Amino acid sequence: MLTFVAQRIVKGVVVLLAIIVLNFFLIRLAPGDPAVVMAGEAGASDPLFVAQLREKFSLDRPLPEQLFKYVKGVAQLDLGFSFRQQVPVAKLIADRLGATLLLTLTAFGISLALGVLFGTLAARFAGSWADSAITVAALIFYATPLFWVALMAILLFSVYLGWLPSFGYETVGANYTGLEHVLDVGAHLIMPAMTIGLFFMATYTRMTRASMLEVQRLDFVKTARAKGLRNSVIQRRHVLRNALLPVVTLAGVHSGTLIGGAVLTETVFAWPGIGRLMYEALLQRDYNLLLGVFVVCSAMVLIFNLITDLVYRLVDPRIEFAS
Amino acid sequence: MLKQIALGLMLSCCAVTMVNAQTPKLGGTINAVIQPEPPGLMLALVQNGPTQMVSGNIYEGLLRYDKKLNPLPGLAESWTVSPDSKVYTFKLKPGVTWHDGKPFTSADVLFSTEMLKQTHARARNNLSKVEKIEAPDDLTVVFTLKEPFGPFLGIFEVGSMPMIPKHIYEGTDYKTNPANNKPIGTGPFMFKEWQKGSFIRLVKNPNYHEKGKPYIDEIYWQVIPDAAARSVAYETHKVDVLPGGSVENFDVPRLSKLPNTCVTGDGWEFFSPLAWLWLNNRSGPTSNKLVRQAIMYAIDRNFAKDVIWNGLGKVATGPSASTIKFYTDDVKKYPFDPAKAKALLKEAGYKGEKIRLQPLPYGETWQRWGEAVKQNLIDVGFNIETIATDVAGSNERIGNWDYDIAFTYLYQYGDPALGVGRNYVSSAIAKGQQFNNVEGYSNPEVDKLFADGAVATPDSKRKEIYEKAQKILVEDVPVAWLLELQFPTITNCKIKNLITTAIGVNDGFRDAWIDQ
Repeated sequence: MLTFVAQRIVKGVVVLLAIIVLNFFLIRLAPGDPAVVMAGEAGASDPLFVAQLREKFSLDRPLPEQLFKYVKGVAQLDLGFSFRQQVPVAKLIADRLGATLLLTLTAFGISLALGVLFGTLAARFAGSWADSAITVAALIFYATPLFWVALMAILLFSVYLGWLPSFGYETVGANYTGLEHVLDVGAHLIMPAMTIGLFFMATYTRMTRASMLEVQRLDFVKTARAKGLRNSVIQRRHVLRNALLPVVTLAGVHSGTLIGGAVLTETVFAWPGIGRLMYEALLQRDYNLLLGVFVVCSAMVLIFNLITDLVYRLVDPRIEFAS
Repeated sequence: MLKQIALGLMLSCCAVTMVNAQTPKLGGTINAVIQPEPPGLMLALVQNGPTQMVSGNIYEGLLRYDKKLNPLPGLAESWTVSPDSKVYTFKLKPGVTWHDGKPFTSADVLFSTEMLKQTHARARNNLSKVEKIEAPDDLTVVFTLKEPFGPFLGIFEVGSMPMIPKHIYEGTDYKTNPANNKPIGTGPFMFKEWQKGSFIRLVKNPNYHEKGKPYIDEIYWQVIPDAAARSVAYETHKVDVLPGGSVENFDVPRLSKLPNTCVTGDGWEFFSPLAWLWLNNRSGPTSNKLVRQAIMYAIDRNFAKDVIWNGLGKVATGPSASTIKFYTDDVKKYPFDPAKAKALLKEAGYKGEKIRLQPLPYGETWQRWGEAVKQNLIDVGFNIETIATDVAGSNERIGNWDYDIAFTYLYQYGDPALGVGRNYVSSAIAKGQQFNNVEGYSNPEVDKLFADGAVATPDSKRKEIYEKAQKILVEDVPVAWLLELQFPTITNCKIKNLITTAIGVNDGFRDAWIDQ
C-alpha cells in the first residue's frame, strides 16, 4: 500500500507541474493585466503609473523568465506575492482555506450521509408514497439552480423569520469564545452548507436508490434470503455495501468540484473562503494569487482522489492496490 | 396676519434651538458596507474608491470642502493667497499628532508632496504647476507656483493629497513598507484589524485634534460581495450604512421605503460622476461628426434616467456636470429626436456598417442601460453589435482604442481644469491608458481654451473661457454625454451627521454620531 501511495504522489507532482504551466499561459491569454485593472480603479492614470505597476509586478519581464521564476518558487513551496493585496499568496490562501474546507466538508458530509440514508429508505420502500416523496424532492433539488436556492433561503430564514444570519462567517464584533463561538459559526454555516449540499444529496439519493434496487435482484441476495437472514441484515451487509461502490466513485469525483462549486455560494453568503478569493483574483487579473489558488485546488483534488481509492479498498476488500 | 408671522418666526426659532439641542451622543458602533474589498489602505499608494472610503477616516488632507466646493480648514487652519495668485501660504493646526504619537509638522507636508509625486498619478498632475514648496517653520508651508493655477485650492482633499508620516516612510521602499498594512495617519479613527474577506475594523482615535470628536467608538466595514446580499444585510439590520453605489439602483426605491431609513444624494459634489459614451473619433462611422450628433439625438436619456436609474440623476448637457465650477447650460441641445437622428445618418452617408458597443461591466444597472442604448441606436438605423467583457478586458480595449462606442463614467473633481480637460485636450492622447482623451478628439482651439482656463485670473475670466469650451465641445460631440449620476447614501436614521462635506462618506466619520 505504501508503494501505491508513493507512486500516486510522484504522478501527482507531475500532473501539478503540467497544471501550473498550462494555467500560467491560459491566465495571460485574458485581455488586460493587473496594472490595467489597478490603473482603471484609481480613476486616473498616466504612462508612468502603469509602467511603475508593471515593473513592480515583474510583468515587464519575458514570459519564460516569469514562468521559470514561478515554478522555481512553487518547488520551494513559495506561491509568490499577490500583486494587488501586497501579501504573500500562501498567507492569503491559508487564511481562507479553513473556511472553505469547513463549508465544503460539512456540505459533503451532510449530503453523503443524508443521500445514502434517503436512497436506502427509498429503495427499501420502493413504490410506496415515501419513495415517491423522496424521489420527487431529490429531482427538485437536483434541477434547481444553486443561487436561486440560496436567495430563497435568505429571504425565508433571514428576512422573514429572522432565524439565521444572511452573510458572513461569524457575528462581527461579538467576540464570542468557546461554545458560543462554535454555535455562532454553526448558525452562519447552515444555509451555505445546505445550499451546496442539497444538490449533491439529491445525486447520492438517486444513485443509492438505483444501485440498491439493482443489487437486490442479484443472486447472492436471494441466497442470503434463502438462508433465512433477517431482512435488515441483508439490506445492510449484502445490499448496501455492494450498492455503495458507485456512490463512492461519484463522491470521489465530486470532492474535486466542491471547491469550484463553492464560488457562487461563498459570494452570495459572503463566506470568506478561497472560492471567492479565486473569483476576485480572476476579475482583478491577480496572476500569482489565481495560480496559487489553482495549485492548491489541484493538489486537493489529487489528495481527494487518493483518499477515494483508499476508501474503495475499505468498502470492497476485493479491490487490490495496483502496483 | 402679523400674529401668524410672529408665530412662524417663533416656531422657526424653536426649531433651530431644537436642532441645536440635539447634542451628539458618545459611543456606539457603525457597521458599513464596503464593496469591493479594497486592495490596501495606504492612500498614497492605492487610490481606488473603496480605499478612499475607508482610509478617509485614517488619513487627512490639508483642506476639506463644503457642498459648494468652498475650502474648509482641515490640517491647515488658515491660508492666504498672494495678489499675483502664485504664492499660497498655509498655517497648520498646532497640536496635531500621528496615531503613533509623533507630532504632525510642515516637514510631513513637504515629504507627502514629494512621495505623492512618485506614487499618485493624479497628485503628480495636480502638483505639476508648483515650482517649490518651503517650510519656514514647523507650522507654515508655502507653495510657490510657476504660474497662476485656478483650481489650486481645490487639490488638497484627503483622496487627492493625503498627508503621510515622514518619520515612517522617509528613506524606505514605499511599496513594501510594513506600515502599509497598518496605516498611520492623523485622522479621527485608527486602523485596528482586517480580516480579509470579512471586515475591516477601525477604532476611535482618543487623541484626535478636534477635541470631543469623533463621537463613535468603532467602525466595521463589512465586505459583502453580492449586491442582493448587501440589500438583505441592510434589511436585517446587520449594517447601518450603504454608501452610494453599494446596492443595485433598482433596489434603492424599495430600501428607501423601509422604516427608519434616511436617504441622501449629498456628498458627491466634488466627484460629480458624469456618464457618457466614448465615441471613437479616429475611425469607423463614429469619426463623422454628423454620426456622433445622430447618436445624441437617438438616445432617450430621460427614459434612461427615469426607468434604468429610477429617476435618480440628471440628464447631462455637456462635458461639465452642473455641480462643478463654470458650468453652463447655454449650449446646443440634443433632445430625444429619432427622426432628426435618421436624417443626420442619411446626410452622413452611413450605410449600415457594423458598430461595436461595449457596456460597462459594473453590474445589472449598467447592463440594462447598455441594452436600452443599443435599442435606441438600432431604432434609428444603426447596426450595433454588443461586446461583452469583464472590467480588465474593458479597460484594455478602451485604453488601446479598440472600440467604437463604450460606456464609462468619470469623476470631475470640482473644476474643469482637474476633471474635464483631460478628456478632450490633444496632449492627453496616450495609448494604453484609460481616462484620458481615449476618443482621440483633437481641436487646437479647445486645447488653447483649456490651457488658458487653467492659468487665467480672476475667476470671471476663467468662466468666460470654459463656457466657450463647453459650447464648442457640445457642437462637436467628441463623446455622447448621458447622465450626471447620483449615488444615494442609504443609512439607518439613528446615524446623524454622517455626510457633511463634498466628498461625503470619503471624508470619514469624524462628525457622525448615533442617536441611541
